[in-house]
Amino acid sequence: MVVPILKQGQYLIASIQAALTDADLLKMRDALVDQVGRFRSRGVIVDVTALDVMDSFAARTLSDIANMIRLRGAETVIVGIQPEVAFSMVQLGLKLESVATALDLEEGLAFLDQKTRRINRVSSPSTR
Amino acid sequence: MSPAPAQDEIRVPIGSDLDIVSARQKGRELASKLGFSSSELAIIATAISELARNIVRYARKGEVILKLIERGEKRGVHIVARDKGPGIRDIGLAMQDGYSTSGGLGLGLPGVRRLMDEFEIVSKNDEGTTVTIKKWLR
Repeated sequence: MVVPILKQGQYLIASIQAALTDADLLKMRDALVDQVGRFRSRGVIVDVTALDVMDSFAARTLSDIANMIRLRGAETVIVGIQPEVAFSMVQLGLKLESVATALDLEEGLAFLDQKTRRINRVSSPSTR
Repeated sequence: MSPAPAQDEIRVPIGSDLDIVSARQKGRELASKLGFSSSELAIIATAISELARNIVRYARKGEVILKLIERGEKRGVHIVARDKGPGIRDIGLAMQDGYSTSGGLGLGLPGVRRLMDEFEIVSKNDEGTTVTIKKWLR
């Protein structure tokens, strides 16, 4: 299952639709790292609302994505971790500490807007 | 109380990362028949995922066996993850948080033990590893 990646303004939104294999996760990682350069994106949102399991491999891959995207000069936020998924992650010992998270897509966009505001001001003068 | 009807086992062969997904989905489906909460279902699915991935990573192939069990008044789900791989050289070490021989997070086995109510591991060098876990319905 390929994860669709939507370009929304200066952000990329990877929206996971169903259970993913390890290979699918790695493909999503590679696609994001590539596209963030191709589209000169400032931020990446990975929407995991549809994920009913976040095991150690998925958590590690998300953390790798955030680190790689940061090295590419953009910000990443993971949105939509469900309550029961958060519960099992904590029990397992997965904290995803170095990764920004937000409740949902709306909060994720707000987070990225805030994170990239300073850069925007420099690159696009106010039209007010 | 009448004796428990024999529960059919579900055997999921494990040989690729697709089988990891399939094993955890089948485990979730089976456990949901007992009425586990969504949090407990996520925990069961996560535990199966970790064990199935260990099989793929260290032994290449094996199987996950799922069944519903009863003990007295208690009902639960019983999961066996079995392979004929190289075995775990030092189980004590493998059960420590943060220890990994594969560059993983090292949370697999100790994490699974935390997730479940019962956890048992038997491993012999060059003969394989069997992990048995149980979760009881509260």
